[in-house]
Amino acid sequence: MIEIPYAELLGLEVEQGEGAPVLVMPFDDGKIGRPGFIHGGAIGGLLEMAAVAALMAALDDESARWKPINVTVDYMRGGRDQVTRAQGAVTRLGTRIANVESRAWQESPDKPIAAARMNFLIRR
Amino acid sequence: MSDDPEIRPIPFDPKALLEHVPGHGRLLGIEYHAHGEDWMELALPYDPRQIGQPDRGVIASGPILSLMDSATSMSVWLKRGGMLPQATLDLRIDYLRPATPGRTVIGRGECYRVTRSIGFVRGQAHDGDPDDPIAHVAGTFMTTAGFQ
Repeated sequence: MIEIPYAELLGLEVEQGEGAPVLVMPFDDGKIGRPGFIHGGAIGGLLEMAAVAALMAALDDESARWKPINVTVDYMRGGRDQVTRAQGAVTRLGTRIANVESRAWQESPDKPIAAARMNFLIRR
Repeated sequence: MSDDPEIRPIPFDPKALLEHVPGHGRLLGIEYHAHGEDWMELALPYDPRQIGQPDRGVIASGPILSLMDSATSMSVWLKRGGMLPQATLDLRIDYLRPATPGRTVIGRGECYRVTRSIGFVRGQAHDGDPDDPIAHVAGTFMTTAGFQ
């Protein structure tokens, strides 16, 4: 992930766990939206990167190419001024289209602050 | 909430707000572009730090999502006649084509309906020609004042 400039801009680190990589986004002033809360775009960007990480892991092919077609983000709780984690899951990997879900949390994975569904066009 | 005399929209100057508020918009370099009674246009100058796929030089979709979240959020304030605490409920973006490397992206958010607690928004992003958009967005915001 680190070689993706946008992931670096967000300060994302990778944690290996069960399933797809867990991305960790530290809190800093560059993530603030309204006072005391993380910007919806920063959470959305993290969710997209988690979906991309899950897709890359599932493709397991350096030459494979992908483009995001769309994303739908549901915001469930305000993201507070603390570290945020996100993990993706590929729900279907076809020959041309991948459906990927991701969710973001702070205290506990059982209490997501936001979730996203993404469709990707893939070429391999 | 809107019946509560304590909670009134606070009038604001969108241009001044963007120039003086730090945060995620500052990190991405988001700038004021234009606004109207129920719409807001923001600019996202090209920045190599936002590239999503190094071999293509195209910026990631995340910064465009942030741009559209901010533009549509401010359009709700403009439609309400001022700022009220609010949170994004949902946001859906169709990425119609990649942004052209080197070009500034303009994001336009429009609030086409407000109720007591919800703002309904839509918008488009382009990189020079509004008739050749790069993204289309639809979403909702919830006023949080009075609900906490």
